Amino acid sequence: MPSASKSRTVRVGCGAGFAGDRLEPALVLAEHGALDYLGLECLGERTVALAALRRLRDPQAGYDPLLERRMDGLLPLIARNRVRVVTNMGAANPAAAAARVAAIARRKGLSLKIAAVIGDDVLDRLDADMPCLETGAPLKEFGEIVSANAYLGVDAMLPALAQGADVVVVGRAADPSLFLAPLVHEFGWRLDDYDRLARGTVVGHLLECGGQLTGGYYADPGRKDVPGMATLGFPFADVDQDGNARFAKVAGTGGAINRATATEQLLYEVTDPFGYETPDVTADFSTVCLDDLGNDMLAMRGARGKPRPQKLKVSVGYRAGFLGEGEIGYAGENCVARAEHAGDIVRERLANRFAEIRVDVIGMTSLHRAPLSAEPWRPYEVRLRVAARSPEEDTARLVGEEVEALFTNGPAGGGGVRARTVEQIGIVSCLMRRDAVATETRWFET
Amino acid sequence: MTKLYQLAHCRAGDKGNTTILSLIAYRPEDFPLLCERVTVAAVKRHLAGIVKGELVRYELPHLSALQFVGRDALSGGVTTSLALDSHGKSLSSALLEMEVETG
Repeated sequence: MPSASKSRTVRVGCGAGFAGDRLEPALVLAEHGALDYLGLECLGERTVALAALRRLRDPQAGYDPLLERRMDGLLPLIARNRVRVVTNMGAANPAAAAARVAAIARRKGLSLKIAAVIGDDVLDRLDADMPCLETGAPLKEFGEIVSANAYLGVDAMLPALAQGADVVVVGRAADPSLFLAPLVHEFGWRLDDYDRLARGTVVGHLLECGGQLTGGYYADPGRKDVPGMATLGFPFADVDQDGNARFAKVAGTGGAINRATATEQLLYEVTDPFGYETPDVTADFSTVCLDDLGNDMLAMRGARGKPRPQKLKVSVGYRAGFLGEGEIGYAGENCVARAEHAGDIVRERLANRFAEIRVDVIGMTSLHRAPLSAEPWRPYEVRLRVAARSPEEDTARLVGEEVEALFTNGPAGGGGVRARTVEQIGIVSCLMRRDAVATETRWFET
Repeated sequence: MTKLYQLAHCRAGDKGNTTILSLIAYRPEDFPLLCERVTVAAVKRHLAGIVKGELVRYELPHLSALQFVGRDALSGGVTTSLALDSHGKSLSSALLEMEVETG
């Protein structure tokens, strides 16, 4: 028989699934979602390294570029509705981010406790002779290392929650841990209660990409129809003390939540569904049961857990040179042949400047290298794309310049040139002992 | 012959230079057919130009789903690839173009 405490649930929502995600769904959740917690997942593998570069130029920078815009709208709503926020928008500078959030709250006359969780930055103790996990080559062989961030787990965030933070700002943390931390805090789960941690991790994993659970990235018109895509709502979960959960979204928002949308997200980016590793737990997703409840509601239960990995994963960013790109379009009869001819010309002109040149015909080969469908494929228009990388920015720029030169030098009918040159940051990973990563909580009162 | 697109849906994910492709049967009764026809060898053949390294298949009958994990599949990985779709997000559509015998 369920006891009174058994029926208690905690409601956790996801208001952003990547750095550039839309602002509005979080506002809708904070205003109408009756949330206890709102997670904002805004940090990709490479995002933190790019943020580290910005911090090198300016010690007060290096946090998420959208922090101000997201918090400006959100803070009044979370203060009024008593929603607590956990976010990795601290990126390479959680303390500066938290100070910024506190300043915005002060300006709006809001009384909020803002906490920064410091300690994921381990660049000062990285051993560059260590082999990387991807190829086994030493880290130092890839290029100048600019960042090293350990994936923190819930243990790093719990002190901030225990001491009453309204907003917890972290840098690199495992994505599901942003959502698991409030559950561990609220239910008092032990950090060796692996089955509950696994279920809470599944909750976090399903939520962390926002619109990827609510049918957004699922939609395929005519085959997988999803209503109201333009007003796509983001998800929340009502989680019970065993970690089982019901997922839903705010009534009136677009999108869909059902077994099919949730299965796509459950398996998303999971390299081993029988052992999904986070800093908190090793979760077995194969035992998860997803049941449709109708009306865009879904029940999840049944994940099992094993002990967490002994070491923490560290993401290492290095300078990988400059990427030069150029594109030009061709249309009508013989367009593919003209695009291919143009590609051959550019390749010949650039061959002695680059180790590798990628030449694609967008419309034919750019995504899968060749059309994979059994039927023949003949597009009405295509775009030539040329890309190459160089340690020198000026050399990389030649790619776009040579593509642009196709305007007058031919072949016939090329138009719509786009060219750009960007610095590339590469990412490799290694493992680090947990006792080498110390975290602390810093407070920014308003 | 039937395109997988008619039988199943897919989402592609990435970790470094590894692509991760789910294959989820619309109807649970089609799951045994997917297990039988969408073998590692068949997918390796279909994605020969893309997945250069090891390909592993996991079976998840609870979810009527297969999960494929292909190594050395993203031209060096998201961060340094010269490819337009450096994450390989569109590889879900590549897998669903595969045709299987359903007779």
